[in-house]
Amino acid sequence: MPRLENKVVLLSGGASGIGAASARLVVREGGKAVLADRDHDKGRALAGELGAASLFVPLDVTDEAAWQKAVATTVDSFGALHGLLNAAGVGVRNSIEDCTLEEYRRVNDINSLGTFLGCKAAIAAMKQSGGGSIVNISSVLGLRGASYAMAYCASKGAVRLLTRHVALHCAQMKYNIRCNSVHPGYIDTPMIAPRLADTIGNMSGRQWLEELHPLGRLGRAEEVANMILFLLSDESSFSTGSEFVCDGGLTA
Amino acid sequence: MSGELLDKVAIVTGGASGIGAASAALLAGEGARVVIADLQAGRDGPGRFVRHDVTVDESWKALLADVLGKEGRLDIMVNNAGIAGGPGTIETTTVGNWQQVQAVNSEGVFLGCKYALLGMKETGRDKQAAKGSIVNISSVAGLVSGAGPIAYTASKGAVRLLSKSVALYCAEKKYDIRCNSVHPGGVDTPIFNPLWQAVGHEQGKALLGARHPIGRMAEPEEIGEIVLWLASDRSSYVTGAEIAADGGITTGLVKRPPLAPS
Repeated sequence: MPRLENKVVLLSGGASGIGAASARLVVREGGKAVLADRDHDKGRALAGELGAASLFVPLDVTDEAAWQKAVATTVDSFGALHGLLNAAGVGVRNSIEDCTLEEYRRVNDINSLGTFLGCKAAIAAMKQSGGGSIVNISSVLGLRGASYAMAYCASKGAVRLLTRHVALHCAQMKYNIRCNSVHPGYIDTPMIAPRLADTIGNMSGRQWLEELHPLGRLGRAEEVANMILFLLSDESSFSTGSEFVCDGGLTA
Repeated sequence: MSGELLDKVAIVTGGASGIGAASAALLAGEGARVVIADLQAGRDGPGRFVRHDVTVDESWKALLADVLGKEGRLDIMVNNAGIAGGPGTIETTTVGNWQQVQAVNSEGVFLGCKYALLGMKETGRDKQAAKGSIVNISSVAGLVSGAGPIAYTASKGAVRLLSKSVALYCAEKKYDIRCNSVHPGGVDTPIFNPLWQAVGHEQGKALLGARHPIGRMAEPEEIGEIVLWLASDRSSYVTGAEIAADGGITTGLVKRPPLAPS
């Protein structure tokens, strides 16, 4: 039996990277995947490839009205909402000395406010759908610090904790909605492409990042998507408010 | 009092009340010159008051110029100013409330660290080898959620992680500036005024206290002692750490209280 049979899943950042890999698994496992993304071309292309079980909706995650519209379109098209993946995010290199207030706010708005708004919009629809599962992409940098990613660390720390709030709130309200955070290491996706092209000492950025992980390589989007699939499915029915790490041993 | 902070200069944001006031008094007790940076002056206490809004970049610029101009140096930054932001769950919190809480609790601490580095580097004798300590007040709500206000919880999670980034950055740059976060449980401060007004001060303290394993709320001085230790050279090998002072909340399997007023 497919693991997500008849489940309707909305995926922010669904047009590329971890979001796109997850959308493919959702459809493979019998679910419906609504791809919500800023990138209309990529989103439409992937939705077209995935066929009738998929749909593209435009989404700027910092816009509450756009979230409400994305959720409404999902429910109108597929009749319910059971799963939400908050995968949209930006990775920005900055330090405490060179980050401006504007840049700090921009990173936190996309990664943290965007995840908050996604959870808020989804819960309203999931309550009408008999419950659901929310998966928020944090990062290993929501668990550990990095000197070169100050605003990103802050935003992912916020996602880590807001996830716990959502989990406990939904548990207390008996909504049958679970919420967990996923903490990937460096995954070979468009987000880290600029890092791979860097030179660090006598190493390429790619080599440097590969050697950072005890497994000696970058993660693949599909490897994170497999964890997300488990969390979206009923197989994870007793997991909520938890931190799921997928990092090649980085935080071990 | 040992006078171990003689000649050191400290800024305490939100220093007019609560944990900030207690920290300022303890730092001054060890001989530090303390600048109380707050929106409004508090009751009489040690320290020089400077009106300051942690959310405004220009206000930080003016504060640092004032401190370096009048005190000549900066050694200790206590980023303590914070707001609870009122009750707000994932379902009820508005974007406006979210942004207001992030502006004070998250952006305010970010700016506090940024200007602390500027001031401490200026203080360092050759402008490369600065020496200093940054203490960021997060919360037990930055470690676990008690289903308290979501905007507050998220902001304290941001402070927890940005503190580590700052600590590592300073270590890599060999600035000799340390940065740590403190995670208090329920502390008897004005942040709980809504609760005091609703059920009375003593009853409110008893209610919240009973939900900590240790059986009571903390007094501000108990958190101030941790701030003092982190600010002093006694903690010279401690950086990027998260110090919980939560009456045992994060220690075991307890039914957690809402960790901020609701």
